[in-house]
Amino acid sequence: MSAVDLCLLTAGLLLGLGPLALLGQGRGRSSAVVYSASGLLCAVLALSGLAGLGGLGIGTSRVLPLGLPWMGAHFAFDALTAFFLVVLGFGGGIISLYAIGYGRHEHAPMRVLPFYPAFLGAMALVLLAADAFSFLLSWEVMSLLSWALVLTHHQEEDARKAGYVYLVMAGFGTMSLLLAFGLLAGPDGAYQFDAMRGTAHPPLMAVAILGLMLLGAGSKAGLAPLHVWLPLAHPAAPSHVSALMSGVMTKVALYGFIRVVFDLLGPVAWWASPVVILLGAGTAVLGILLAMMERDLKRALAYSTIENIGVIFAALGLAMAFRANGMTAAAALAFTAALFHIFNHMAFKSLLFMGAGSVLNATGLRDLDGLGGLIHRMPVTSFLVLVGAMAISALPPLNGFASEWLIFQAVLLSPDAPQAAVQMIIPAAGGLLALAAALAAACFVRIYGVGFLGRPHSEAAANAQEVDRVSLTAMALLAATCLLAGIFPGTVIDAMAPVVDAMLSGRLPVQADETWFTIIPIAESRSSYSGMLVFVFVALSASAAAWAVHRFASDRLRRAPAWDCGFPDASPLTQYSAGGFAQPIRRVYGTDLLGARETVTMPPPGDTGPARHELLVGDPSWNGIYLRLALAVTYVTTRMNRLQFLTIRRYLTLVFMSLIVLLVGLMLWR
Amino acid sequence: MPGIAFDTAHLLSGGLLLVSFMMIYQDRMFSLLRIFALHAVVLSLSVAWQAYIQGAPHLYVTAAIALIFKAIIIPSALRRIVVQLGIHREVETVVGIGVTMLAGIGLSALSIVLMLDVTQGADPYAREDLAFALSVVLLGLLMMVTRRNAVSQIVGFMSLENGMILAAAGAKGMPLVVEISVAFSVMVAFIVIGVFLFRIRERFDSVDVSVMDQHRGDQR
Repeated sequence: MSAVDLCLLTAGLLLGLGPLALLGQGRGRSSAVVYSASGLLCAVLALSGLAGLGGLGIGTSRVLPLGLPWMGAHFAFDALTAFFLVVLGFGGGIISLYAIGYGRHEHAPMRVLPFYPAFLGAMALVLLAADAFSFLLSWEVMSLLSWALVLTHHQEEDARKAGYVYLVMAGFGTMSLLLAFGLLAGPDGAYQFDAMRGTAHPPLMAVAILGLMLLGAGSKAGLAPLHVWLPLAHPAAPSHVSALMSGVMTKVALYGFIRVVFDLLGPVAWWASPVVILLGAGTAVLGILLAMMERDLKRALAYSTIENIGVIFAALGLAMAFRANGMTAAAALAFTAALFHIFNHMAFKSLLFMGAGSVLNATGLRDLDGLGGLIHRMPVTSFLVLVGAMAISALPPLNGFASEWLIFQAVLLSPDAPQAAVQMIIPAAGGLLALAAALAAACFVRIYGVGFLGRPHSEAAANAQEVDRVSLTAMALLAATCLLAGIFPGTVIDAMAPVVDAMLSGRLPVQADETWFTIIPIAESRSSYSGMLVFVFVALSASAAAWAVHRFASDRLRRAPAWDCGFPDASPLTQYSAGGFAQPIRRVYGTDLLGARETVTMPPPGDTGPARHELLVGDPSWNGIYLRLALAVTYVTTRMNRLQFLTIRRYLTLVFMSLIVLLVGLMLWR
Repeated sequence: MPGIAFDTAHLLSGGLLLVSFMMIYQDRMFSLLRIFALHAVVLSLSVAWQAYIQGAPHLYVTAAIALIFKAIIIPSALRRIVVQLGIHREVETVVGIGVTMLAGIGLSALSIVLMLDVTQGADPYAREDLAFALSVVLLGLLMMVTRRNAVSQIVGFMSLENGMILAAAGAKGMPLVVEISVAFSVMVAFIVIGVFLFRIRERFDSVDVSVMDQHRGDQR
């Protein structure tokens, strides 16, 4: 059985598992059975992907007699598909493992079980599709199934609003993709990817296709200003689905972008790439600023997803800029960095969403200001979340640092580009990315400090219980992945080399031969990084410090209340709140960028009521674009409403005048 | 196409356009119906001439249908309706006759310029035939738009149909089936609209469509 057949069979089984899950009626162990089966099938996908990266089964394809009768449905298995199958299979498998534990607490399992495996299967089909129709069909099935999952808790007003906004944006995105594929296929209707590769696209049309892909794939991935659905929809779903959407589905969207722009489209003019870079960098800053302002733990994580998507898009834009100038080595570096960050973000964002799910299970709370002190009640979860938070904050020796370091290495290559615009814009975007990275660290210090350290802010947080072992195992696996990918980045880079080679006809130097697992992306004289050495140093210095403290300090164990700065019995509310922690950054960036407004209402003299402090933070794209768009649509439709009450003769006149206008237009056009 | 055949076909098509203009000019109901009958006669002559020079006997059927139904039955039926219902015998126009005529000239110019431009390289008769036919269609629409009275709107609609049949007859090899169906669609439209008129009469005591608007509560 060839690789593509195996993957298709697995995807088909996943799709079939959905309806089968209905048989269990959500009783007893049926949810565990469904999640275990999904996990195993995902493992098959991940293993075939790994084998594909090793060269097994690359280039196999299969035509199924489905869809359009004269075309059939084409599926193929190449290096890019293999890499993303690893992301999907690995992420999906571990999330399914987590769901075995987490799903026990779901009060409406039948709202999740039928859609969950089918969602995984649809994502696999998107990765395997090799013609426009199967791609779009799988893409749309993926969107609809995830929409159903977002509506799991449909009793909540927020979830319904999220579902609505998501559906509108998904429809818009698919429409853009449809147009992009229409342009790609050209007038001859070359809808197979193989035929698209052979079609030449004039420069302006190539840029138009790029723009449509930015709209279509960007809206699914969460590129600003098309991200508005993401912070609503991702947190509204159950936490394992949030992990799947943030960790995996955004990557499938990126796959669509990479497949079209780097594989099918051919060369794109150099001046298009700064747009992608700036969009990515702007998205990163906007996303992380909004994450910084957010009190809801899962929404903050969703905003942080937007940041990471921005970083990845910026890296892809760098790769496009270098490719357009024939700088293959630099393009390979930026592209490798993007792929590496895709894998890393899958790992740590899934881990963090699982952590948020565990916290939600243990306390019933998502509000950071209600948490606190969880490190005492849920030590394992807290430790694993700490690993994820450090990884996403790009601290060495974890994986986030390795990929972001590679991206900055690519940024530093921009002076070699021939165009002055590229030389100017890339360092500016690099500055934005650096700002985003610093803000990300601040954001996760805030989340971890307020949510997990200190004293509990609420009864629920004070009585939290550690979650089950299965969930912890899943989270531990991802935490280990973050650590291993950070210590052995060379191995990961070498594994991704076939993908880079297939897309750009070039690759980074082989990293396996370097001593101490050092990675040297360009030349040793220029830069090198060894996660292993950093890890050894961190481990040694930390152990030495711990040993010294225990050896030379008083060894009597003392337990003192936390934050005990002279107020032993003060209320937990005297601690830093999430809003208070974010205030300095909000005052610096938020007033102009996010329209943050603070109002303090003092009670009149003599009134014993409390003073009120209110804070308004808005997403500039929501207020600036979407609400105005909605207002404009309402205005136009209200005006058009009068068309319903015309006289018969006026209707005839309308028909007549439009005919005349068309005829005159035809005459002028010729 | 030999000279005399071409010229005659040209003359008849042009005659149809001329009669369309005459219809727009009319402001009395009975003379409008008479002109419509003339319109149908010219159409049937034109189609019959096409049948003769193309050697296409089935077009004679179309010509006969045009002559019998459109030139005789429909005008007399409409005349009966007007008499029986006591419909106001003046055609109420929206804009003045002169303005309508000017608009009609503009439409003819538009359709001739457009058609001669679009059909470059086609058979010269077919080109001009199509240009005339489009003019007749547009004039029919113009008539429907600029008349308030339901009967004159029906007449406008049917002169529009005549323009279509002129175009169909000018194009060689148009199968008979289509012409019959076009003719029957006109018949059906006539019956439906005739019934409709009776209903309007029963319901509102008038066939002036503006009365329907008032009945519906609209402001004009």
